[in-house]
Order: sequence, then C-alpha cells, then structure tokens
Amino acid sequence: MASATVTEVESKTVPIYVMGKKYDVPDTLTIMKAMEYAGYQYIRGCGCRGGICGACATVYRKAGDYKIYTGLACQTVVEPEMYLAQLPFYPANRAEYDFEKLDATPESIFKLYPELFRCVACNACSKVCPMDVEVLDYVSALKRGDIEAAAEISFDCIQCGLCTSRCMGEMAQYHIAQLARRLYGGKLAPKAEHLQKMCDDIEGGAFDDDLTRLKATGEDELKKTYTEREMEPAMSDESWKPESSAGLV
Amino acid sequence: MKIAYYPGCTMKTKAANLELAAVEALNVLGVEFTELERWNCCGAVFSLAEDDLIHHVAPVRNLIRAQQEGCETVVTICSQCYNTLARANLLVRGDEEKLDTINRFMDEEPDYDGGIEVVHYLTLLRDQVGWDALKEKVVQPLDGLKVAPFYGCTLLRPDEVSIDPLNEGILEDFLCALGAEVVPFSAATECCGSYQMLAHPEEGMQRAAKVIGSANRAGAEALVLSCPLCEYNLGSRQPEVVAMGEDLEEVPTLYFTQLLGIALGLESDLCRLDLAGRAARDLLTEKNFVAAATV
Repeated sequence: MASATVTEVESKTVPIYVMGKKYDVPDTLTIMKAMEYAGYQYIRGCGCRGGICGACATVYRKAGDYKIYTGLACQTVVEPEMYLAQLPFYPANRAEYDFEKLDATPESIFKLYPELFRCVACNACSKVCPMDVEVLDYVSALKRGDIEAAAEISFDCIQCGLCTSRCMGEMAQYHIAQLARRLYGGKLAPKAEHLQKMCDDIEGGAFDDDLTRLKATGEDELKKTYTEREMEPAMSDESWKPESSAGLV
Repeated sequence: MKIAYYPGCTMKTKAANLELAAVEALNVLGVEFTELERWNCCGAVFSLAEDDLIHHVAPVRNLIRAQQEGCETVVTICSQCYNTLARANLLVRGDEEKLDTINRFMDEEPDYDGGIEVVHYLTLLRDQVGWDALKEKVVQPLDGLKVAPFYGCTLLRPDEVSIDPLNEGILEDFLCALGAEVVPFSAATECCGSYQMLAHPEEGMQRAAKVIGSANRAGAEALVLSCPLCEYNLGSRQPEVVAMGEDLEEVPTLYFTQLLGIALGLESDLCRLDLAGRAARDLLTEKNFVAAATV
C-alpha cells in the first residue's frame, strides 16, 4: 500500500465563544469540529455529521451585528467572534393521527394543527432556516389548502426545529409540513405504476427461486459471486444492458 | 397599469364559487392581469389597535410581492381581503414612521414604497371596462330576476376605503348592467353577523335575520353577496336563521360573480353553481338562465 501523503494546511486560530466562553480554534474547522477541538464531547445532538439529519442546529451571533444567524454545526465553518449555542432539540408537539383514515384534504390538516392560523406572516421562520426553505410560503400554501405546493416548498426540510423556535404563532411548522408531504406522497400524487408492478411481481414469487438459491450458497461462493458481479460501467449510456439477465424481471 | 390579482386563502378553499367566474370574466372582458406568484394570508382583519404593527406585516408583505412583480395595482375579489389590504396600504402611506418601522422589520424584503393601489373587483370593472361595455358583452341577460344587492360592511366601511363613498350604488349598477332588476333593499349595508355567528350565536342570528327579513319584504328572488363570511352567515346558516325568526322565508343566495359568469355565458363549471344552494339552482333554471342539465 502506498503511504498516505499528509499535506500541510495553513491555518490560523480564531476566537469563538461557546456558551459565552472564549476558545481559540483553527479557522478551517466546522463548528462541530471546533467544539470538539475545544474539548466538548458530543453524546447527542451530533447526528449524521453529513448535513442532512438536522440534529446539530446551531444559533449564533456575530459581534456588533443584531442579526440572528443559524447553521448546521457539522457544515458551517467557524468565523471569528461567533457566539454559539447548540439547539439540538426544541419542544414541538406533533399531532397524533391514523394516516390510513386521514382524508387528504386541507380540513384534515386544519383540524390537527389549528395553530396554523396563528401565523402573522412575520417570516422569522424562513429567515432562520439553515436549509433556506421558504417556511412562510409553505405555511401560506397550507392556509389556502394547497397541500401539493406545501409538500414541494418544504421538500428540503431536515426537521431541525429552528423555525419552531422562532415562531410568533407558536406552531411547529415542520411537523405540519411533514403531514402535508405524507398526504401528498401517500394520497394525492399520481401512483407509480411500475412500482406497483414490481411489488406485485415480488409478491407473486418472481424472485423466490433466486433467493432460495442464494440462501443455500456458502460464504466463499457468495463473496465470489459478489466481487465478480457484472457492473454497469461509470460512463455507460442508457442503452447499456447486462450480459446476464439472471435475477432481473 | 399592470394589474396583480391577489386571491386570498378563502377563494382557494371554500369560495371557488366566488373566484373562478370572476377570473375568467376578466379574460372575456379583455382586462389584462396576472395572479400573484407568491402571497400569504392578507391578515384576515385589519388590526385597530393603535400600536400593533406586527398585524400589518402580512398585508404589506403582499403589497411588496406585487411591487416585486412590477405591478401598480392589486385587485381582490374577496371583500375581507380588500378591506385589510386597502386599509394597511392607507396606514403606511399616511404614516412614514410606521412604514419605516415595518420596512426595517422586513429587512429580508425590498422596502415597500407605498406605490400600490388596492382596488376591489367591482371598482376595476367600472373603471377599466365600464357598465355600458359590460352590458354589451352580456349574452344571457338576467331579465326579470329580482335581486337584493348586499354590500355588508367591509366594502363600505370605513369611508376611506369604501368602494362606493358617494352612495352611487356600484353593486346596483353592476347588476343592472347584467339585466337584473334591483329591488329597494334597506338592509343592503347592514352587518351579516360577522364572526359573532360563532362567538355569540344569538346576536349573530339576529343580525342575519334582519338582512333576510329585509330581502323578503323587498320581494327579492335572490340575495346577492360579495363576501365568503356573509355567505356563511346568510347562506350556509340561513335555514337556522329562518327557523329562528318569525315570518322569515328562505331566499336563495348567489355571489355577484356567479351572476356575472351566467350573464357572460361562461362555462357552468366556472360558475360553480354546485356550491350554491338547491333553491338558487332551481331559481336559475326556472328563469331559463342556465340549462337544468348543467346544474
């Protein structure tokens, strides 16, 4: 194996403030790494470290600036004079419902989340969203019963809860949006016919023989089958077909 | 003059029968407009508290949306939206400090410059089309239909946003242009019962009963409405109102825009008569304004 080359990265340290206490940290680190550098250990509130799970919501301010800033600690690089607070959890009530029995109508949403109508369009939710979701726009869409638009607009939501922490109307926007996406995906969007066909094929036993054979195969043979499997070349076009159609329908 | 149409939430949920024919009618009448791409609830009611600027943020944000789309005029069909948007507009136009405070609060938006005119649909019809031109476009005159035109509160009060400040009868003129016969109707500008119908049902019912009684005495065959809240109190709740009052008779209710749609010969699915009461549909077929098969 070739030895790994270590590249020297020039970094200077910058002062950040974690819960009011000053730390000098390398300026190339994310907030999460910087906090670990400073000696904090994440037990919860770190999540996926990949910018998608919404567990590491962070609120910060900069010296001399009235604005509230937010970011995901695992994605946002430190800046000098950041005043940081982690907000891994913010209380938000989620309504209980039996999805199967729920009608995909605006009234279903209004009944479960009447606080939707407490919105005053202040837009603090959109301003604070680390994913740049136009939260006010989907809240507005729901108030006028447009479940499809709400599902589309809220698509990038990672449920970090920062919108809820800032809401004047005290609603949990992201739970309402999740219900909208569920209703849209489950009951309003056109059904994927090819998916239903595949499910029917599976239930009809199209893969039973292959699975039985695989289950009876020894470990070494399995590994060999896996490593020698035919793979689609990275640059192949749409006309590419595998040589063997075994296991396909 | 570029015109933005602001629909409002109720138009998109409960009041398709107020919206659809009105929108198509503008196309038929050659009025160019665009429906706003982005908009939020108008605020529903205009806050009367002296120092309650947060409740004017919603309407002003909508005016900014129209400004962003390069429009000079915002037209609404819903009378509640009209009232809220028009009054918020007047408030910030007349008070530089309040406008500045709201603009600073909405620092993520371009500043509102106060340049938008908020007009109601009827005003737009009168000023952009004119009653004579409207009359010429009528293909199904509402001959012999006795109508009681009901304004309610929000189209007329307060004076500074009234669509009929000189009491010239804008709704009456509109209905005459469609060929209807307007009956003298003393409760035309009364309150329908408003939100009191839910908060204090007895008082609400009394207000509604006064309107229904007045329409009965005027000999109206239909009560013409312009507001979804009036429709709820005087339409949906009418059976209860009539049962409560003495000597009250049911009177069919229709939105002024449904009558416009019928008179212009628009497709029946745009007039949404399916959302009107049975009595209203029977009346219209009896008069041969619409074919029985289409309702």
